[in-house]
Amino acid sequence: MSLLQSEPIRVLAFLVGIIAFAALNAAYLVWLERKEAGHMQRRIGPKEVGPFGLLQPIVDGIKLMSKQLFLPKGCDPILFMIAPLMVMVPAIMSFVTIPFSETLVARDINIGLLMIFAFASINVLGLLLGGWGSGNKYAIIAAARTVSQNVAYEIPMLITVIGVVMVYGTLNLNEIVIQQAGGFWHWNVLNLKASLLMPVMFIIFFICTLAETNRAPFDMAEAESELIAGIYTEYPGMGFGVFFMGEYANILIGCALTVILFLGGWQSPFGETFVPGVIWFLLKLYAIVFTVIWIRWTYPRTTFYGLLNLSWKILIPISLVNLILTAAMLKVF
Amino acid sequence: MVPLFTAEGLTSVVFMAMIGVTVVGAIIATNTERLIRAVAGLAICFIGVAALYYFLQSPFVAVMEMLIYVGAVCVTIVFAVMLADPEEGQHGKGNILAGPFSIGLGVILFWGLAALALKTEWTPAASVINNGSVVEIGKSLLTTYSMVFELISLVLLVAIIGSLVLARAGRTRTETES
Repeated sequence: MSLLQSEPIRVLAFLVGIIAFAALNAAYLVWLERKEAGHMQRRIGPKEVGPFGLLQPIVDGIKLMSKQLFLPKGCDPILFMIAPLMVMVPAIMSFVTIPFSETLVARDINIGLLMIFAFASINVLGLLLGGWGSGNKYAIIAAARTVSQNVAYEIPMLITVIGVVMVYGTLNLNEIVIQQAGGFWHWNVLNLKASLLMPVMFIIFFICTLAETNRAPFDMAEAESELIAGIYTEYPGMGFGVFFMGEYANILIGCALTVILFLGGWQSPFGETFVPGVIWFLLKLYAIVFTVIWIRWTYPRTTFYGLLNLSWKILIPISLVNLILTAAMLKVF
Repeated sequence: MVPLFTAEGLTSVVFMAMIGVTVVGAIIATNTERLIRAVAGLAICFIGVAALYYFLQSPFVAVMEMLIYVGAVCVTIVFAVMLADPEEGQHGKGNILAGPFSIGLGVILFWGLAALALKTEWTPAASVINNGSVVEIGKSLLTTYSMVFELISLVLLVAIIGSLVLARAGRTRTETES
């Protein structure tokens, strides 16, 4: 076996590919967001740089990189600099176990689902340390909000995921996708044989994804009309840029999990096999990402109490009922 | 000596790096003067320990280490520190255990544990149960480790009651309220 086919080279290739995928997506999701927002508000969005404004992300990137990395007075310099990395690196690590197609997966880990949740939990710590390290009142308020929001929404999310794991009996993402083979009526979201409330579980999981990634209508952590820019208030140039890349990578991870757990991952919707799985996966992924952006520009921000009430009083009871129903139906049928 | 540019060689480099991360995290956690930095050091230390578990072929324990210690314990500590009064610049008098005495104690402890680990004849485990398959974990949790499993629920109960007691303290019902 030559060096080119060996395991270290394969891992290295996947590493480069994943980082490129995350960075490219962060850049062009910003473009998509601005374009989509523009069209929804009867504007055009970015149009000057390149055709349809397609070169805008590159120009933005150059602008962010050429800005001075300015440390605000009263900040904790080490925590301030390390916090953006603590948001971005775990997000990129989570891509390692996402199956883009049957074979296109960097590391097919048996406990892939748990691994993604483990790395996603570091994200909260990064935002918290960043908010504290800024030494800014708005940032600290935003950090406190982020934690209560993430803790509240992790519970219904994990309970929903336990239901899915009970149906498929595995934590391996690729195997979960393989078990959804054979057309869209076999996808988990329509898996009414396993649980009558499966579509409700899908909606709960999607809402929790929005809340965990701090997207509107749950963007209490950024809330520009109340907290300036929340945790990002003090961040200049590329510090902000890295935070943003991490945020969009997290959105991608959340959407990819939604696709894998409920929408059949790389399986084709009609059961044929001549279109490669990776194309179906990306199509579904971007459809969900589009929906996430669509929701942001459609609904206004909720209040903080509304947000916590939704989780503790509605989502958690429903997901618990769902869990019991799934267990009972699995036992009976 | 394993050649460097093979899978084993690179693995051992990463392994040494992870030991370094663990030790550096622990040193930051104990030696910094700011509480929040100490928690950050603790998080780094936990990440290193999780990586060591992964190298020891226990991915499940590694992921749990991240999920519980980094994701839950560290966030809780930071949150508690944020709610408490800032103690920047306040120096304690220094316990008698701090300083050279504790370094000596640490060296003795390390030497003792290392000697114990090297001199014991370890029998390899009959089977690896934590390879991450849900069925295996479920079976061993409800058979071999059922006692531990039940005791954990007791610990959680104590924690819930304790937090309730703390939250209720000083919040007595007055005549006008009732």
